[in-house]
Amino acid sequence: MSPREISYTDAAREALAAAMERDPTIFILGEGIGERGGNFNTTVGLYERFGPMRLRDTPICERGFTGICTGAAMTGTRPVIDFMIVDFILDGVGELVNQMARIQYLTQGRLKMPVLIRGCFGIGSGYAAHHSGNYYSLFVNIPGFHVVLPTTPYDAKGLMATALRSDNPVIYLENKSLLNCRGPVPEEDYTIPFGEAVIRRLGSGLTVVAVGAMVPLTLSVCDDLASEGIEVELIDPRTLAPLDLSTILESLAKTGRLLVVDESFGPCGIGAEISARVMELAFNDLDAPVRRLNGEHTPTPYSPTLEAAVIPSAARIADAIRNLAAD
Amino acid sequence: MTNFAPDTILSLYRTMVRIRLCEEKLARAYQAGKIVGACHTYVGQEAIAAGVCQSLRDDDAVFSTHRGHGHALAKGVTPRQLIAELFGRASGCSGGRGGSMHLFAPEVGLMGTSGIVGSSILQATGAGYSFQLLNTDRISVAFFGDGAVSNGAFHEGLNLAAIWDLPVLFVCEDNLYATEVPFDYATRNTNVAARAQGYGLTATSLDGNDAVEVCAVAGEMVKLCREGKGPALMVCHTYRTRPHAEGMRDGGYRTQEEIDAWKQRDPISRLRQTAVEAGTVTDNQFAAIDEEIAAEITDAEEFAESSPWPDPATATEHVYGSTT
Repeated sequence: MSPREISYTDAAREALAAAMERDPTIFILGEGIGERGGNFNTTVGLYERFGPMRLRDTPICERGFTGICTGAAMTGTRPVIDFMIVDFILDGVGELVNQMARIQYLTQGRLKMPVLIRGCFGIGSGYAAHHSGNYYSLFVNIPGFHVVLPTTPYDAKGLMATALRSDNPVIYLENKSLLNCRGPVPEEDYTIPFGEAVIRRLGSGLTVVAVGAMVPLTLSVCDDLASEGIEVELIDPRTLAPLDLSTILESLAKTGRLLVVDESFGPCGIGAEISARVMELAFNDLDAPVRRLNGEHTPTPYSPTLEAAVIPSAARIADAIRNLAAD
Repeated sequence: MTNFAPDTILSLYRTMVRIRLCEEKLARAYQAGKIVGACHTYVGQEAIAAGVCQSLRDDDAVFSTHRGHGHALAKGVTPRQLIAELFGRASGCSGGRGGSMHLFAPEVGLMGTSGIVGSSILQATGAGYSFQLLNTDRISVAFFGDGAVSNGAFHEGLNLAAIWDLPVLFVCEDNLYATEVPFDYATRNTNVAARAQGYGLTATSLDGNDAVEVCAVAGEMVKLCREGKGPALMVCHTYRTRPHAEGMRDGGYRTQEEIDAWKQRDPISRLRQTAVEAGTVTDNQFAAIDEEIAAEITDAEEFAESSPWPDPATATEHVYGSTT
C-alpha cells in the first residue's frame, strides 16, 4: 500500500508532535502558536496535547525570545522558535549570531545549543517588502548554524525530525508557496540526514541546482525541455548548511554544465558559493561557465506585475536552461 | 552586620580580596603586554558579585557581562582558570577561545560573560524558563550595568520573566557610566527599581559597596525566586575606580575628586573595618586571608604563564555539536 498523502505543513507538524511526545524538554515560543495553533497552522492541536508550559505565546519581542531560547538551551531544554514570517528573525539576529551560534565553540562543546528556528519565507502572494524575505544565505555565512529548506512533505517531516535530534541551532525554512502542497508521507517516524541532496530528475544534458520553491518550478519545465532535446538533471540540496557538494560535482562530471536557480539575491548568495566551489574543485569538468538565475537585487514590491518581475518564473528558468544548453 | 556569622563575613571578604588582587594582577599583566584585546576590571564593585553569589548554589546559573571577572571568581572559577584564559592558554576556563569577555565554566554555573550588552538579561530569563519547565528549584541570575537599562533586552527580558513568573534575579550594577556616557544623561529616569516595578517585579535599590547589605538583600531575593515568587531585581549603586577598560584614557567624563570620593567607600576596607569595630572578626583573621589570597594569585599567574598555548590545529573544533 502506498503511503497516505498529507500536506507539507501537516507533515512538519507530525514530526514536531512525535518529538515532543518523546522529549519532554521541547517547548515552543512564538506569536499565536498556543491555543490558536499558529498563523500557518504549525502547531494546530499541540496546545491541547502538551499544555501551556510547552507552547508559549509571546509578546512581539523577537530579540527577547531569541535570547531566552539561547539561555534555555544552555540549561537543559530544547526550544523551538516559531517566527511565523521569517522576516521577523532580523530583530533577533544579534542574539542568533553573536550568542546562539557561538556558545558551543566558546565552551569547547561543554554546552550544546539544540534550538530549532523556523519561519515561512519567500516571494509570492503579494506579501511585499516586509513579509517576503529570503535570508538563508546570511545564515549559511555564519559558522554554527544548519540551514534547512524542505521542498516536499516527505522532506518536511524527515528534516524536522533530524533538526529536533540535533545538538546545533537549525534554521528550518518553509517556503510559503509550498505549505499546502501534498505528497506521500509515511506515518512512522523517520529522519533525513543533513547534507544529503536529492536528485529530483535524472538527465544527462545539464545540471540545475534549485533552491526552495524553485525546485518544483524548475521541475515543471523539464518535460517540455526534454521534448526540445534538453535533458535536465535537477538537484535539490535540501540543506544549504551543510551543503552536499559531492552530489553536485558527480552530476557535473556527467553533464559539464551547471545552472543555479535561486529566488534570493545574487550577490554573495548560495549560487555564488556553489559556483565558486565548483570552479575550485571541478574546473576541468565545466564545458561552459556556471550560470546563476536569481531574483532581482531589490526589495520585494507589492503589485502582482511588479512582484512577478523580480522573481524567476517558469519561462525565465526555461530560457536560462536553453541558453546554457546552447553555450 | 550582627546578623551574619563570622564565617559569612570572612567568606565575603575572601571573595572580594580574591577579585581585587586578581584584577590588579591582570591590570599589570595587561600593561606588560601579556594580555591582548579588551580587559574590563571590576575594581570597586567587588561587594556585588561576592554578596550575590554568597546566596547561590553551585547549580544556580549566572549570566554576566563584559565586566565579568568578578562574577566568574565569585561563582567558583579559580584564579588559575581566569588568569590562564586572559593569557590565552589552553588551561583557561574557555580553553583560550574567549578571553576576558567570554568566560565560560558551566561546571560551576558560570554560564558566560558577554561582549554584547543586554544578552545576559535574556539568557538568564531563558535559564529561568528551563528551570521552571524542568520543575527544579534552581534559579538564574543576570548581572548587567546601567548601560543595559536603556537597551531593548532589559525591557523584553524583564517583561517576559514577569509574565511567566520565572525564577530569575536581575542584578543591576549602576556604576554611573556606560563606558563614559553618564547614566543621568542616558535616561530621564535613573530609578531602575521603579522601572522594574513598572513591569511587575519585586525590586529594590541598595548600597552596592556594602557587602553585608548586598548579601542580605540578595539572600531574600534568591529565596523569593526559589520559592516561585520571582522574578526580582536589585539595583546596586557602585563605582568602578579603574578606567572602563585597561589602557583606555580615563579623562573627559569624570573628575579625580569623584574617583577619590568613591575610593573612600571601598567595599573591602569597609567590611573589614566594620566587622573589627563590631568585634565580629579580628583584624588578624582578615590579615590571614590577605596573605592566603596573595599567595593564591601569585601561584595562579605562575600557573598561567607556564601553561601551554592551545594547539592551532584545534582552532576550528566545536563549531558544531553532533547531528544524529
